[in-house]
Amino acid sequence: MRDKLLYAAGAAATVILIANLHKILLGIPDEMDQGAIYRILYFHVPSWFTCFAAFFVAGLASVMYSVKRDLRYDVLAVSAVEVGVAFTLVGLATGSIWARIIWGIWWTWDPRLTWALITCVLYAGYLMMRQMIDDASARARFAAVLGTFSFASVAITYKAIDWWRTQHPGPVLPIRAGGGKMDPEMWHAILWNWTAFMLLASVMVAVRISQETRLREVEALRRRAHAI
Amino acid sequence: MRLIQQAWTVAAKDLRSELRTKESLNAAGGFALVILVLFSFVTDPGETETLYALSGGLLWLVFAFAGVLILNRSFAREQANDCLDALIASPLSPAALILGKSAASFVLLLIVELPCLPIFGGLYGLSQWSSHWLGLVGVVLLGTWGMTVIGAVFSALTVNLRLRELMLPMLVYPLLIPVLMSAMRLSTVFISGKDLEADDAIWLRLMIAFDIIFTALALALAEDVLVS
Repeated sequence: MRDKLLYAAGAAATVILIANLHKILLGIPDEMDQGAIYRILYFHVPSWFTCFAAFFVAGLASVMYSVKRDLRYDVLAVSAVEVGVAFTLVGLATGSIWARIIWGIWWTWDPRLTWALITCVLYAGYLMMRQMIDDASARARFAAVLGTFSFASVAITYKAIDWWRTQHPGPVLPIRAGGGKMDPEMWHAILWNWTAFMLLASVMVAVRISQETRLREVEALRRRAHAI
Repeated sequence: MRLIQQAWTVAAKDLRSELRTKESLNAAGGFALVILVLFSFVTDPGETETLYALSGGLLWLVFAFAGVLILNRSFAREQANDCLDALIASPLSPAALILGKSAASFVLLLIVELPCLPIFGGLYGLSQWSSHWLGLVGVVLLGTWGMTVIGAVFSALTVNLRLRELMLPMLVYPLLIPVLMSAMRLSTVFISGKDLEADDAIWLRLMIAFDIIFTALALALAEDVLVS
């Protein structure tokens, strides 16, 4: 049943993405100032939203692990972080391509970009530290602390365009700027893409969770074999 | 009140043992001096304009490098004779242990940092900060506290890891970026002999907020870090 649900979610994500791609490329006109390249926005913004969501889940799971000491929360945290890092890389890559066309450079050290990179490095460090600890409960405990600390940085990335005068475009989305700056059709395309990305991310997290659970079972069996 | 008292006991113990052996003080102090001298190759020492612009960044790089040396020793010192287990088993609260450790590292790091200011000024002929030394010391105090309180948590986390010396900077530097960035900006302003402008207030606010948030997080998570 669980597998069927996952397949269904994955298929739904694919259908939405293809339908959306058709609409974005052929249905919606070019943006007034930027021309065709602005279309990368439809992937850039949703992938950042998805990674924020994944890191939010990971942060929450880390706190829950600290409180409840249930290894299932640790499994959720690591799965969400891995998927989040993947979407962070998509966000950084799409942003870089856009910057190359509009700004003429691949990268600039502006607060928003810098913080996005910090977030990426932090969570890469999180995954790296997990590799260094063999004992499962010690690993979960340390990862929970690091996950809680790292989430503070995600919050700063999100707010960076409000706090500093950055080169990164300011808030235009209706949820941030209060509407009127963006055509509803464009906004809906972003929302649909985000829906598809979230479905995709949920499927990936679910697959990672089952992998991690299996891994833990194998470890437990190995320990039992050793004991005998 | 009890927390402060216990923390003070731990800090006093750490400071006493460090001031008797001067192990990490000598290492960090010598290291800071070498780096300060190496900076003469960054630009021509005669170019005071460039040096003023770079000063904050250069100084805080020295402090960050020296800081990690001191922080690495902070918990590693307790490994011999299983002192860490004894500390954890003692009636001390984990929060007091972390607070005491960070207070001790704070004082040790200040012992290294404060002489660096006049040495840096003297070596590179930067004298305009003499009118703003109070502000500069304030920045050093705030920045150093942020560094040591996070450093103490991660020193405890990484003390039993393989590749401890590598993992501590890997995890700590990305987390420290907010506080280092603000400290660099503010130090540059003060070293150049200018007053704080409205634009710099955000950096000051960020640094204070960072110190408060991460001190609270460190104390709240102390038990997870220390007690297995």
